[in-house]
Amino acid sequence: MQVKRVLLLFVVVALALSVTVATAQDDAKVIKIASQSPLSGPQSILGTAIRNGAELAIEQLSGPLTEMGFKVEFVPFDDQATPDVGVANANNLVNDPAILAVVGHLNSGVAIPSSEVYDANNLVMVSPANTNVNITDRGLPTVNRICGRDDTQGAAGAAFAASLEGVESVYVLHDTTAYGQGVAEFFASAAEEAGLTVLNVEGTTETANFDGVIQPILALDPDLIYFGGLYPQSGIFINQARAAGYEGFFMGPDGFDASDFAELAGEAGVGTYYTTVAAPPTFYPDAAQFIEDYQAKFGEDPQPFAAQAYDSAGIVLAAIAKAAEEAGGEAPTREAVAAAVRATENYDGITGTYTFDDNGDPELATYVILQVKSADPAEWSSNEVLDEFQAPSPLYAVMQSGEATPEATPGS
Amino acid sequence: MLDARPTVGAVSLRSLAEWIYRFILFPIGQMFVFVVGAAVVLTLFAYGLALLFPEPRPNIVLVDQVNRQLPGMIISGITTGFVYAMIALGYTLVYGVLKFINFAHSEIFMVGSVVGFEVMRRLDDAGNLPFWNPVLLIMLIILVAMLFSGLLAVAIERIAYRPLRGAPRLVPLISAIGISFFLIDFVRAFQAITRNDFNLTYPTNDLEWLRTPVKLAIGEGTVNVRPTQFVVVLGAVVTLIALNYFVNGTKLGRGIRAVSQDMTTAGLMGINVNRMVSLTFFVGGSFGGAAGALFGMNVGTVTPFVGFIPGIKAFTAAVLGGIGNVTGALLGGLALGMIEAFLNGLLVYFPALGQRYTDVFAFSVLILILIFRPSGLLGERVDEKV
Repeated sequence: MQVKRVLLLFVVVALALSVTVATAQDDAKVIKIASQSPLSGPQSILGTAIRNGAELAIEQLSGPLTEMGFKVEFVPFDDQATPDVGVANANNLVNDPAILAVVGHLNSGVAIPSSEVYDANNLVMVSPANTNVNITDRGLPTVNRICGRDDTQGAAGAAFAASLEGVESVYVLHDTTAYGQGVAEFFASAAEEAGLTVLNVEGTTETANFDGVIQPILALDPDLIYFGGLYPQSGIFINQARAAGYEGFFMGPDGFDASDFAELAGEAGVGTYYTTVAAPPTFYPDAAQFIEDYQAKFGEDPQPFAAQAYDSAGIVLAAIAKAAEEAGGEAPTREAVAAAVRATENYDGITGTYTFDDNGDPELATYVILQVKSADPAEWSSNEVLDEFQAPSPLYAVMQSGEATPEATPGS
Repeated sequence: MLDARPTVGAVSLRSLAEWIYRFILFPIGQMFVFVVGAAVVLTLFAYGLALLFPEPRPNIVLVDQVNRQLPGMIISGITTGFVYAMIALGYTLVYGVLKFINFAHSEIFMVGSVVGFEVMRRLDDAGNLPFWNPVLLIMLIILVAMLFSGLLAVAIERIAYRPLRGAPRLVPLISAIGISFFLIDFVRAFQAITRNDFNLTYPTNDLEWLRTPVKLAIGEGTVNVRPTQFVVVLGAVVTLIALNYFVNGTKLGRGIRAVSQDMTTAGLMGINVNRMVSLTFFVGGSFGGAAGALFGMNVGTVTPFVGFIPGIKAFTAAVLGGIGNVTGALLGGLALGMIEAFLNGLLVYFPALGQRYTDVFAFSVLILILIFRPSGLLGERVDEKV
């Protein structure tokens, strides 16, 4: 009897709560911004950074919207770095009409199928981290990113590798995901053009025991190994490859950029080169305040992509405010928000000034080449910046060179 | 009885020799034969392939590559093979007794690897890791992992399988999958709360003797062997000898064998069936745990998801060798590890294939063997009990 009574009480309380929540939603003009990134699993360090960056931006930058009488809420989703989960989340969140924009994802392989769902529902996405060319090359009006692209990133890596003394042959390994394979193949083709011998392009899904993967690499004896993938895999791989007797260079894309890399790779990882589209926050002069606020709120240094997520959310907030103004102070439609995001011009963020081209790429993106300096994860932010440059997006490059307006990419 | 007395010394000496042969020399010899056999067969295969495709890609002479890679592939195959064999034993023991596949075994392996990490990390955090004697340290890590995983397996059997004994076979299978998910998420949550970390890195880099590879000069080149690879093989050999003695040389082992032959009759003969089943789970689980700790030390980093692939491979190895057969699990594990190492080493040279086809070919071998020997390499034909 006692148990039944307690149960009944629970039910009543739960009902009452749900009623109050429902009425609260009806009263205020609520605008929600979602984030999707891996909050659990091996890549959660980067995914959590994206969530935290977006959360901080919404806390600090939603002033114009609150003045117009809106209440801006932040709803973080965990895509578990898995396409299925990302799409399931996407299907969930498009059904909430209050959600007007998504900040995310971390993984291109998750972002591509999820963005199809967003696009079908006119929901705008701004990505702080997805570098695969197909993110924007599909020409979807709702999909944007503020980071660079893998074709340029791979080529930048290859150019740098060719400039290293004693590097003539490279072995290219990737993790078979859209991101890893994409950037690895761009690296391989650019390396070949730069005169390097590409011994092999190989994919592996191995995550723990790389013994078997390493043997043919040792036999081919490349001067440099390029690993297109993320730190949970590459860190372990580099550790084991060095122990197995490989003595050349290691290089990778922005997926290496997390302090856990140092932990996983240990001493073997020191000296590893990596390219990134998201330079460390300390690299940006305007991000000093952000670093301070981030440390105060989350109690740790911002990991890569946190500052980019902050800017992504900032762009979204500015666009929603603009669309709301045009709608006469009412909550704007998703279409209007998407159009306003795409029309963003010279948004002054902490990591740069952003203008989107017709495909949703930033017209100019920054690429940085760094070298790991220490096996201590706490020293990650002291990695040395060896080179940096800005490169235009393909569309913007064509426009600049004065040719006729480029045609939209196939598939749009 | 009385006239046996004067000969006690001689008899015990002879029986000691027999004991050494049965429980030490024979199992070591068996492992040696399996390793050498698999290595020879696959080496012949590799050179055969080199004959068929002398130059699979421009500027790649396959024979030269095989020459260069052979020692490395064999060593990597042995290490992987022993880990598979140790996990496979857990599947095969439980199958032998209860006739069902304990699919939670891969997570028992994972828990072993995480426990090994915890032991080593805690010692490292306390700052006294470098003062430990290497042998004692490794024994401690393995024993704690064994104990923990063994008890966990017993608890799983008690909670999730015993109440379902006698239910249709699919039912415990489902509960095994459920336990699997539970363990993965439990470890994930536990590590997230206590360490706020997902990738659990063994502090092997903090130990000079464990970090420095051993250079073996084989043929024209040298092969770097990680000390942990020796540890894996040695640890596996010692525990496998102990298992062989336990199953074939002790009263409890005889009890397990009796229960696996006929549970009801064994019960009628005064054997406590439930205790024997628990014991089987303990032994199988502790083997999974030991394999986990050895695997973790060898690869350096484990995660709550680390059990799935080795678990599924070890299950394959158990089927390959003949499920229910302890020697078969050993053979199957070593064979599969070796096949994988060779495929990984050779497939890269074939354009349009590559290492990601390793599993495809490895499992094709499994299917081929099962077509010709449906009960596995060493499995006996078991008549379906009606």
